[in-house]
Amino acid sequence: MPRLIDTKGQLLANHWQLLPKDCTLETASLTSATHLLVPADFWLANKTVLQNVGKQIGLWLDSGQSAHMLKDELATLQLIALNFPGFKDGRSYSTAAVLCQHYQFAGEIRAIGDVLRDQLFLMKRCGFTTFDLKDSVKLEDAVTAFNDFTTNYQATVELPVPLFRRRQ
Amino acid sequence: MYRYDNYDRQMLQDRIAQFRDQTRRFIAGELENAQFLPLRLQNGLYVQRLAPMLRVAIPYGCLSTIQVRKLAFIARHFDKGYGHFSTRQNIQFNWPKLAEVPDILAHLAEVEMHAIQTSGNCIRNTTTDQFAGVAREEIADSRHWCEIIRQWSTFHPEFSHLPRKFKIAVCGTKNDQAATQLHDIGLYLHHNDTGELGFQVLVGGGLGRTPIIGQVICEFLPWRHLLTYLEAILRIYNQEGIRDNIYKARIKILVKALGIDAFRDKVESEWLYSKDGPSTLTQAEVDRCKNFFIDPAYKILADEDDGVSNLLANDVIFAQWHERNVHLHKKSGYRIVTLCLKATGSAPGDLSAEQLEFVAELADKFSFGEIRVSHSQNLVLTDVRLADLPKLHQALKTELLATPYTGLINDIICCPGGDFCALANAKSIPIAEAVQRRFDNFAIQKNIGPITLNISGCMNACGHHHVGNIGILGVDKKGEEFYQVALGGSADRDAAIGKVLGPSFAQDDMPDVIEKIINVYLQNRHNNELFIDTFNRIGMEPFKEHVYAKAD
Repeated sequence: MPRLIDTKGQLLANHWQLLPKDCTLETASLTSATHLLVPADFWLANKTVLQNVGKQIGLWLDSGQSAHMLKDELATLQLIALNFPGFKDGRSYSTAAVLCQHYQFAGEIRAIGDVLRDQLFLMKRCGFTTFDLKDSVKLEDAVTAFNDFTTNYQATVELPVPLFRRRQ
Repeated sequence: MYRYDNYDRQMLQDRIAQFRDQTRRFIAGELENAQFLPLRLQNGLYVQRLAPMLRVAIPYGCLSTIQVRKLAFIARHFDKGYGHFSTRQNIQFNWPKLAEVPDILAHLAEVEMHAIQTSGNCIRNTTTDQFAGVAREEIADSRHWCEIIRQWSTFHPEFSHLPRKFKIAVCGTKNDQAATQLHDIGLYLHHNDTGELGFQVLVGGGLGRTPIIGQVICEFLPWRHLLTYLEAILRIYNQEGIRDNIYKARIKILVKALGIDAFRDKVESEWLYSKDGPSTLTQAEVDRCKNFFIDPAYKILADEDDGVSNLLANDVIFAQWHERNVHLHKKSGYRIVTLCLKATGSAPGDLSAEQLEFVAELADKFSFGEIRVSHSQNLVLTDVRLADLPKLHQALKTELLATPYTGLINDIICCPGGDFCALANAKSIPIAEAVQRRFDNFAIQKNIGPITLNISGCMNACGHHHVGNIGILGVDKKGEEFYQVALGGSADRDAAIGKVLGPSFAQDDMPDVIEKIINVYLQNRHNNELFIDTFNRIGMEPFKEHVYAKAD
């Protein structure tokens, strides 16, 4: 069952196969998927090999891994996934914001891991564009999450102008 | 006071709908307990020893009488008829029903109040000195800066899942009554050499298990950069703060581990990206917020009054109250009046619905309809005409609100402790009461002079025990409640963490122990020296010797 949605709550097809942290070059080349979501540090260590496996490459960062380690990769990437090992671990919110605000990354930023209904709105505001929902999340709940708030105070990735500059 | 516009109001309505739905899903079993927990906490809802507890924010301590009447209504209809003012300018209700909390929030929203971010690992209610805007000696009014921070921190998406709670205080008075240096971020308003207004920024202060005084990260931050700088600090903390050990997760531990200079370097590099960006404050926004806190319609009055002078000479009770609870006001002919919520026999900081309504009536009558809450769990009427003091005092006496102990030993800061709180190791209210009974005499307290005595029922330090001149901490020893005493703490501009006196004491011994400590002070003090100054001069030894001396 497809469980990937965008910021409008639309279901998306997911072509990307996520390689786990302990993946090897062998598993990377043996998989039949055309799109690989590769752990960022694994990519950096094996870049020349992975560039030649003939697959589309996206990278994923675990919570706590810095966005800065990808600064030289961003120009060619179309997808970065950021992991939430637990929904209370909020580091990936900052990672998404840094990717967008420091490096103007304009590709897809996908939330993976413990992605629950009640955090979707926050993720969207920090620059996440797609959401790989956890199995327990009801799709009909999730699609309503993006309307939780009509307006907000802060400048964010989604709306980089704070309310005090918009107030009428 | 700040008044909501359509944007503020809409956000609050959206929040209530959101929480109503979250509560519904939890009750229906669609939301796991672990998933609901941080959601309810960020709405101020704890599950306590006997019932849920709802903590309602009083942003930077300012309340209108309409709001106070609503709090009284909630106390009466959803609780057991009273509320508890905490040490962080919040009010707590100890007996609401979970299913009724969304309704309580809807009632609060009617008067522009809420329980947003009063708990959980997020940016909490911004606090300040309860005399902000009216103190006779003030560098700059902090209230509109607090409001600007309130808005910036409310539902900040990036900082809603921090490693741990995050508290910000702003102080613009000379005599810091906000415990500013004991906050994750403390902001002191001041002017630079060219007269420009800005903030001295302190970071990494906090109480709890590891009490630390904040360190200066920026000597002068021009006001325009307030939000971008705060955001840079929070972003470094969110990414690098410890998350796998709750006791090491506050920013103070990160700052200490890195050292303030290395931490500052990280913040400044991060800040480069946002400095002068869209979150840079504008004069228009500052003015807009400032306009909510303009002076009420003060009259031009003499700074003396015959009626008051006469009473001061002839009415001892009035004179005592006046001496301790009345402070000078920036306007001639006005005074700031503290309502000390520390009457012996009632839990510190507790007020009944009737008392709340009574206070609202007095504020309408005598103080332009505004009430402040202090971190020392007292209420304040900020703008009372000098000539009205006798009438006000008469009225306060009828509801046990004229306790003349502000700033004296019986003005105890005290958490709810083991009587209510699920976190507590020991009770704290009975200790406060026993100590208050021992010193329940104005002459004795006046002789002791200004002093702070703070009690917490556990290491979380809601009762600020580390920064009391005398601090009492409840500890659990093999299932029995004991009390550890520390001396020398201070929460003002000369903030200090108290040092432990020695082995802990049984509950029944506490009044004797405190009395012995006071006696050592009285025997050693020079002239009008304060307790804290005597302690700093003579050190711990004389206190230790006397308190632990074996009986002959």
